[in-house]
Amino acid sequence: MNPTAHAYRTGWRRALIETRISLTTPSDLMGFMLPVGIMVTVLLFLRGVDIEGTSVSLGSMSMPSLIGMMIVWSGVLGVQGVLVMDRTNGTLLRAKSMPGGMTGYLIGHLGSIAIFIAFSVTVLMIVGLVFFDGLAFASPDRWLLFVAVFALGLAATMPMGAVLGALIDNPRNMGLVMMPFMGLIAISGIFYPITALPGWLQVIGQVFPTYWLGLGMRHAMLPDAAVAVEIGDSWRTLTMFVVLAAWAVVSMALAPKLLSRMARRESGSSMAARRKLVEQNWG
Amino acid sequence: MANSPAPGGPAVAVSDLRMRYGDKDVLTGVDFELQPGGVTALLGPNGAGKTTTVEILEGFRARSGGDVEVLGTDPDHGDERWRARMGIVLQEWRDNHKWRVRDLLAHFAEYYRPYSRPWDADELLELVGLTDQAGQRIMTLSGGQRRRLDVAAGIVGRPALLFLDEPTTGFDPHARREFHDLIHRLSDLESTTILLTTHDLDEAEKLAERILILAGGRIIADGSPDALARAAATTAEVKWIQDGRLQVHATDDATAFARKLLATDDGAVTDLEIHRASLEEAYLTLVEQFEAGEADAAIDTFQEVTK
Repeated sequence: MNPTAHAYRTGWRRALIETRISLTTPSDLMGFMLPVGIMVTVLLFLRGVDIEGTSVSLGSMSMPSLIGMMIVWSGVLGVQGVLVMDRTNGTLLRAKSMPGGMTGYLIGHLGSIAIFIAFSVTVLMIVGLVFFDGLAFASPDRWLLFVAVFALGLAATMPMGAVLGALIDNPRNMGLVMMPFMGLIAISGIFYPITALPGWLQVIGQVFPTYWLGLGMRHAMLPDAAVAVEIGDSWRTLTMFVVLAAWAVVSMALAPKLLSRMARRESGSSMAARRKLVEQNWG
Repeated sequence: MANSPAPGGPAVAVSDLRMRYGDKDVLTGVDFELQPGGVTALLGPNGAGKTTTVEILEGFRARSGGDVEVLGTDPDHGDERWRARMGIVLQEWRDNHKWRVRDLLAHFAEYYRPYSRPWDADELLELVGLTDQAGQRIMTLSGGQRRRLDVAAGIVGRPALLFLDEPTTGFDPHARREFHDLIHRLSDLESTTILLTTHDLDEAEKLAERILILAGGRIIADGSPDALARAAATTAEVKWIQDGRLQVHATDDATAFARKLLATDDGAVTDLEIHRASLEEAYLTLVEQFEAGEADAAIDTFQEVTK
């Protein structure tokens, strides 16, 4: 039995068990359903709001953007949150104490989060197709585009979540990522076309993957006429792939080193110290 | 195999182990060896360096100096095969709390499959007395049940060496007793070497065949509970009833005193009792002085007593 291959297989089993646990834990389900449910409800009301220059409503335009945002949100914050929390409660240390445990742990959590994102993206896509006018996959290559953007989105965001999770030692500092993250969503053309923003904000927005994932999803699901509100009246397919691929390459290059540094530093006393800190912070 | 200790070699060999954090010396030359099998307690006041020592042995912390071999391998260079041969039970593990008890053990067992024949989850649950909780989520377990699950997770790969860190902190007497029974079962069951850390002398005496007392960065006493107790007993208190009155006498040689007493009493002595000054008293004095910041004085006093 090849021990490395075995650790990967065991990790995959962990991914399936973690997924089952998430789907049967009410608090986990609500944590996902509530914000998404609220956002979809708001978009449903925006179906009547037209955007100048297109035949598509603001609701229909924002729905694919929301799918793109969902990938970044769960990919970055999901992975980061799991790593930070699991260092506080000892799950990571436990993994370290078993042969192949760290590999199994990472595969398990990356796998279960990827499954979770795939599940939520599918749900949002179906809601979009059924309830929003103008949303459709016009041709088979749009399906392909949807899947490609989804896959590249995972590749760009999940390692970034791992990088941030490895860097953040104190759960309290998760807010340091959360706040800029929210700000970034506001300037990434998710809930309103980015072209409505001042030029310098548009530039900042276009540095990060959130904008490009939204753009890619809009391209996949909206009619061609909707391109009129995008920058340069273009879907900029090649640029989108290049930017997302660049993020994927950078974060995948950083993640393994930072994760192994994080794992190396983990011990019973470092966990106890962290927990003490949390208890002081949150009473 | 490069990783296996020579047959008959020690499970743990530590020589002149040193650890320094910044300019603070935590370990100043720890020496001890553990032969395979049996339960050894690493006893010492809080802050004496027990956790540091064990984390170095576990390969979780790099040492500042000295030689360490655990299962024939330097923990700084231990690989997964080496890792598979030891089990670790921490003081407060709250990991994987959404999992169900049986699922977790069955999953953990998988990791050991390339290296050993791990425990079957159900048999293991029976061993640690958690069969009725098999389908429960871990977060619903009581403190004692949780710790027994941690032990099960620690031994699921049938380790040659098991580390237990302060295993019964925060237990009520009943949970504590159940836990002690479990440790006795484990040490009888397979030839697992168990090293437990504790600051509680009573626990060390109940569980361990050998006690190492760690204070001031080194081992200041090493022996069986009986041997340490005898060493600590410099004076003994002899009590008896004679002519309806309680008599008390303190002596360095209780045996000789008793022999003389009984030889000359014409059968009048009843209820003879001999109390040795206890290891407990010596240890409590050590801890008190330690906590008052008088580490050197504490060690001197203790070693004076147990010489």
